[in-house]
Amino acid sequence: MNRIVIQNGRIIDPASKTDQLGNIYIADGKIVSYGQSRDDFTADKSIDAAGQIVCPGFIDLSVRLREPGQTRKGNICSETRAAAAAGITTLCLPPDTHPVIDSPAVIEFIKDKAEQAQYPDILPIAALTQRLAGTELSNMYALKQAGCIAVSNAQNPVENLQTLRRAMEYAASHQLLLMYRAKEKNLAQGGCLHEGPVASQYGIPGIPSQAESIAVSQCLELAELTGCRIHFSQISCRASVDKINQAKRQGLDISADVAIHQLHLTEQDLIPFDSHYHVDPPFRSLSDKTALQQALREGTLSAVTSDHQPHDLDAKLGALPETEAGIAALETLLPLLLQLVRQNSLTLTDAIAAVTTGPAQILSLNKGQLKAGMDADICIFDPEAIWTVAKNNWYSRGQNTPYWGQSLTGRVTLTLQSGKIIHSLNQ
Amino acid sequence: MTQQLQLNSKGKLKHFLSIEGLSQNLLTEILNTAESFAGTTGQPVKKVPLLRGKTIVNLFFENSTRTRTTFELAATRLSADVLNINIATSATSKGESLLDTIRNLEAMHVDMFVVRHSLSGAAHFIAQQTAPHISVINAGDGQHAHPTQAMLDMFTIRQHKKDFTHLKVAIIGDILHSRVARSQIQALNTLGAAEVRVIAPKTLLPVAVESLGVTAFHSMEEGLHDIDVIIMLRLQKERMNSALLPSESEFFKCFGLTPGKLKLAKPDAIVMHPGPINRGVEIDSSVADGPQSVILQQVSNGIAIRMAIMSMAMQQTGSPA
Repeated sequence: MNRIVIQNGRIIDPASKTDQLGNIYIADGKIVSYGQSRDDFTADKSIDAAGQIVCPGFIDLSVRLREPGQTRKGNICSETRAAAAAGITTLCLPPDTHPVIDSPAVIEFIKDKAEQAQYPDILPIAALTQRLAGTELSNMYALKQAGCIAVSNAQNPVENLQTLRRAMEYAASHQLLLMYRAKEKNLAQGGCLHEGPVASQYGIPGIPSQAESIAVSQCLELAELTGCRIHFSQISCRASVDKINQAKRQGLDISADVAIHQLHLTEQDLIPFDSHYHVDPPFRSLSDKTALQQALREGTLSAVTSDHQPHDLDAKLGALPETEAGIAALETLLPLLLQLVRQNSLTLTDAIAAVTTGPAQILSLNKGQLKAGMDADICIFDPEAIWTVAKNNWYSRGQNTPYWGQSLTGRVTLTLQSGKIIHSLNQ
Repeated sequence: MTQQLQLNSKGKLKHFLSIEGLSQNLLTEILNTAESFAGTTGQPVKKVPLLRGKTIVNLFFENSTRTRTTFELAATRLSADVLNINIATSATSKGESLLDTIRNLEAMHVDMFVVRHSLSGAAHFIAQQTAPHISVINAGDGQHAHPTQAMLDMFTIRQHKKDFTHLKVAIIGDILHSRVARSQIQALNTLGAAEVRVIAPKTLLPVAVESLGVTAFHSMEEGLHDIDVIIMLRLQKERMNSALLPSESEFFKCFGLTPGKLKLAKPDAIVMHPGPINRGVEIDSSVADGPQSVILQQVSNGIAIRMAIMSMAMQQTGSPA
């Protein structure tokens, strides 16, 4: 089964601005050509993609697999399987596993497990500081040698700006990208909803937008000082977008992404005390959501991530402030992207770019496009398929999503990684 | 959602978690029912047999004297059996989860939980998780709601002022952390009060406080003008440690209710406080004990209001499965 042809699909490849009906030819895990049908290609397998969209496999910048350390919430096998079902062929794993990804041994462990699972490529993000404690630098060179794609301090802000500065200088010395979750710890302390009218009404401690935008400002200043390449993860508010936009115009080498649910939900949408809406950063105001959508159209935000955080049932059972934040979001990524297209917020090509060429550029990966000679990482989806978010349609171990029970439109039918089928809806 | 959870299919009270979403008619029904009980609480034989054979559990995850005692008295006067469980020193300190505690008590065939908890949303969570025949009354959750306190305050206001529609009410002090204030504001607005004001420094007001349906003031001189009802809130000592206020004495100077500041309000204004009061911090003793103070009437009214709410909620629940 080395030679595959995907026939009669609508091929969309943002990198080459392709949007046409045609075939894709794959041999030995690589793309041979696409577009025109060829008579000289004998296929072992042909896949009918009529009525469907064929595009590069998705790249997700932030997926918690919960292994090692929290396998009651999910594991490498279960969550990469869910990622495959979401059309994802490459994913980045943040370093807040247990133990933290701050040693080559942990990276080795993850790679071994990933090989057994044989689902999407896992790109580990190493810890910026040891144990993510924000005090001592991690062994970034050794971690890079072991195969980390970038460094990050995950959800833990580095409070001491001198430490952050040194960490950025050191990361820059090894040409490592810093993926930074901007959060000023004291302003965010104890909060679990956006600080606004809804949090005030329900007496829930709030997290002001400034907890993020102030940290963005600090990090931008330090990026200028240190020359470290910064990627801001999961931006949630207008003020941050404005600051990033301004810095980009001044020529700073930075990028930013947004979690898919932030493009859809605001504080006004949440059901009071429903822990499935408890996310970090929190759902903010309508004005923030509008700014995020616009920033995605204009390129200030160049990638959309699922920010997948599967949880066990207990993590979400309790009074809201004591529940854990996060949404199991892999499998709703595509339908929610397509919803933005139907709302005319984004073109279909731009929506696909946000999960293919966008993240590939951020990570400097030779992926995310359909090009002869490249790995045949391909996602085929039916943009009109309606399905219900329910147990029989769900692969992730985490069922913590505000979309549970809802009908969504758009579904991945087939995912190929290096020419190998890692997900087929009909099987 | 709160409304759906609190009312049964016939629109009658099932749980009492928050004032939010309850109609003016329902609040008035609670006040009227409480009035019928207020008579009985002064009689030599104080008991009525409405809840005979029912078991009510006072589930207090947070310490309380006044609220727990008045709930217990109210339940006893309705002839229910009452179980007081002080969880602050019990199961959860041994690591049992909130849900396990609830499941265990359910297994003992109780009919009602009266819940106090330090986290906002705890009563909602219990109401969602508990067996269908059990009613849940919120006796204060985090900074969210304390609806029975708000209703006894409305009852007290109605005793003195009859009609809500012309009333101007000022709530003074730590609004930010106050579940009592949030419930009072909702109740006053639902009952049609002419104006609800809050008076506090910005550090003790939630953001977008106007969205709660109030006008905000930062000085007593401006805020107390033309006011019919003054509600003082308790100032927790720990607020001084988190850079919210410089000192108790400075707070008292700005926002403490003294005889001089009381004169800024209408001459017949009443002074209320949910207790426990900090004399010399938020209120001067001569005002707390003075002729305009109705603070102790609030406490007495707490029994009638809780009798009303417990009996109304219990009428809507079936017999235990």
